[in-house]
Amino acid sequence: MTNAKAPSRKGAKGEGRGLTIFFFLKAIGMALSQIWANKTRSFLTALGIIVGVASVTAVIAALTGLKAKVLSEFESVGAARLYVFPNRPDNVPRAKFPWEKCRLKVSEAQAIMDQCPSIKGISPIVDLPMSVESDTELIDGMTVNGIWPAWHDAVGRKVMRGRPFSQIDIDTARQVALVNEAAVTELKIDADGNGGLGEHILLGGRRFLVIGVVETTQARMLGMNSSEAEIFIPFSVAEKLLDGWYFMQFAAIATSPETAEEAKAEVEYVMRRQRGLQPDDPDTFRVAALDQYINQFKSLASGVTAIAGGIVGISLLVGGIGIMNIMLVSVSERTREIGLRKAVGATSAAILLQFLLEAVTLTVLGGIAGLVIGKLMAVSLTFIPGANLEQADVPAWAVILSIVFSAGVGVAFGMFPAYKASRLDPIEALRHE
Amino acid sequence: MSDSIIQLRGIAKVYRVGVETIHALRGVDLDIGRNEMVAIMGSSGSGKSTLMNMLGCLDRPTSGEYMLGGRLVSAMKTDELALIRNEEIGFVFQSFELLARQSALENVELPLMYSSTAGGFRARRERALSALQRVGLGNRVDHRPNQLSGGQKQRVAIARAILNNPKILMADEPTGNLDSATTAEILALFTRIYREGQTIIIVTHENDVAAHCQRVVRLRDGRILSDLSAEEDFEVSPYVEEARATQRRRAAAEEATEATT
Ligand SMILES: Nc1ncnc2c1ncn2[C@@H]1O[C@H](COP(=O)(O)OP(=O)(O)OP(=O)(O)O)[C@@H](O)[C@H]1O
Ligand SMILES: [Mg+2]
Repeated sequence: MTNAKAPSRKGAKGEGRGLTIFFFLKAIGMALSQIWANKTRSFLTALGIIVGVASVTAVIAALTGLKAKVLSEFESVGAARLYVFPNRPDNVPRAKFPWEKCRLKVSEAQAIMDQCPSIKGISPIVDLPMSVESDTELIDGMTVNGIWPAWHDAVGRKVMRGRPFSQIDIDTARQVALVNEAAVTELKIDADGNGGLGEHILLGGRRFLVIGVVETTQARMLGMNSSEAEIFIPFSVAEKLLDGWYFMQFAAIATSPETAEEAKAEVEYVMRRQRGLQPDDPDTFRVAALDQYINQFKSLASGVTAIAGGIVGISLLVGGIGIMNIMLVSVSERTREIGLRKAVGATSAAILLQFLLEAVTLTVLGGIAGLVIGKLMAVSLTFIPGANLEQADVPAWAVILSIVFSAGVGVAFGMFPAYKASRLDPIEALRHE
Repeated sequence: MSDSIIQLRGIAKVYRVGVETIHALRGVDLDIGRNEMVAIMGSSGSGKSTLMNMLGCLDRPTSGEYMLGGRLVSAMKTDELALIRNEEIGFVFQSFELLARQSALENVELPLMYSSTAGGFRARRERALSALQRVGLGNRVDHRPNQLSGGQKQRVAIARAILNNPKILMADEPTGNLDSATTAEILALFTRIYREGQTIIIVTHENDVAAHCQRVVRLRDGRILSDLSAEEDFEVSPYVEEARATQRRRAAAEEATEATT
């Protein structure tokens, strides 16, 4: 009978004497009852992890909210836009790049339009101060902009009434003008009730026909002032009114926000070629794109996230040391229990796992508590007026990461005490006072 | 010999403490058969507990062979020994060793936590319940150790030990912490379990505990001094001498108190 039993026992052992689901259930149940029995101690121990997870959760929530807000603002401004400015390089002799070589030329705008596949439209912009006269009013030093038809697309301001410039207006340099609402009001040209359309105004003494009204919304980012009266005339006309040097910039739009970066590179390439710059020459112009601002914000946000990560790292380290300390206390308090468990058949591996599970249960509970507090902080952030954090929220990845990190701390810092417990000799342990 | 469940051959245990060498056991040969009830006696330091730990697979001998149920236990690895302890050995300790925060039932169930062959949840529960009923505590299932008397605690511990129907039930001074009435109660329980077919080994100092066993093994200085049936042992034991000595001491004490008053 003894012999018949031996092979079957061997077989059971061959299966590695796997710990059953009952072991895990019991171990976690005992961990919970252990934590509950030492409520204050457990809470104080887990505090480092609770605070760490809560603060990092709140920071992530705030950043998430801020990012959503900023991105949606960029979106409304138009992430596909580019601006080209003349730019005199700083650290080269002035004689090498005089202003004449730096300022933009219309031919360059044309070249960009023709040679950059990612550019959908471009317009040169000049602004010249002029005296403007209507039937009743005379305003000195008003800003008059010379533009191409693509300007509306490039800066995202449509014609609300009337029509935009046509190519014929540009080619034949017709004396037509677009105005904004502020200009209509200031010049009092809405007498007949059609919003200024069809009125004539004098710009520098020349008669212009008002053919459209441009919407007032503007790219706030670029510091243009929307409250001022604005007048727009075909670029070719403006060119004639000017003599000699004038300040010009380009506004362009890429085919889509995704191609904005490519478009920027293409513009830079075409500009350098137009200007015949050598490979080691610096740029004599500057291309500004909104993606720069977005990238700047993104890198700022990831910087803050990294700092928050550092904070959480330190508090998890501190919390982990607390866990290790309390688990060492627990192991020494429960030496006899460990001896008993071994006497009734617990292997070293089972004891190790049991104490690890206890540490992990403690840290994961701490992590969950921290998440709940962090979530509450995130919710209260959304109620702070003017903080722009209405969209503050804890993203799913942060939840998962917090739990995983907490569990990781439990494993890392519970390992040494658990190992110590598993190495105890049952006889000595049972003799422990 | 084929009947022996336990065979010890030349078992020795040597402890080294610093430069000192302590021979706790010096060549013990012992056979214990199925369904025997054996008392192990001897003065303090004679090696009883050491022998007990050896028999209970908590410890391995420095030299010698130990066969348990036909298998050479003395050559087994730690994890194999744990499995043997889990399935084939039941321990009862002097100080009960119950987990304070667990109910009687949960305490009895403890060995099953480390067993992979104990079946499902219900099977485990029923096994623990029937063990508790066997020790007469079917009505104390949900009590915690601090709600039980000393005798009841020891019965819970016995239920835990017999849960897996072990090949041997071992008890190291199981009545050491109990008064004489409770001791009698626990001994009656051991006797009943023995009659049900259980092999039992009890380490004890008390002659009346030994008197409940069939066989008494006496150790001295790590060797077997005598290995006799309980009746024979009674004849040669210092028991009678001891009883007389006690009587004499009592009488002397009484005289002394009378003299002072
Ligand atoms: N871990 C150990 N290290 C060193 N010496 C030990 C160890 N365990 C036991 N001994 C020694 O071995 C001898 C036998 O000890 P053991 O505990 O077996 O005695 P015992 O018969 O159970 O005594 P008691 O009746 O007091 O319990 C003693 O001299 C003891 O000091
Ligand atoms: Mg002893």
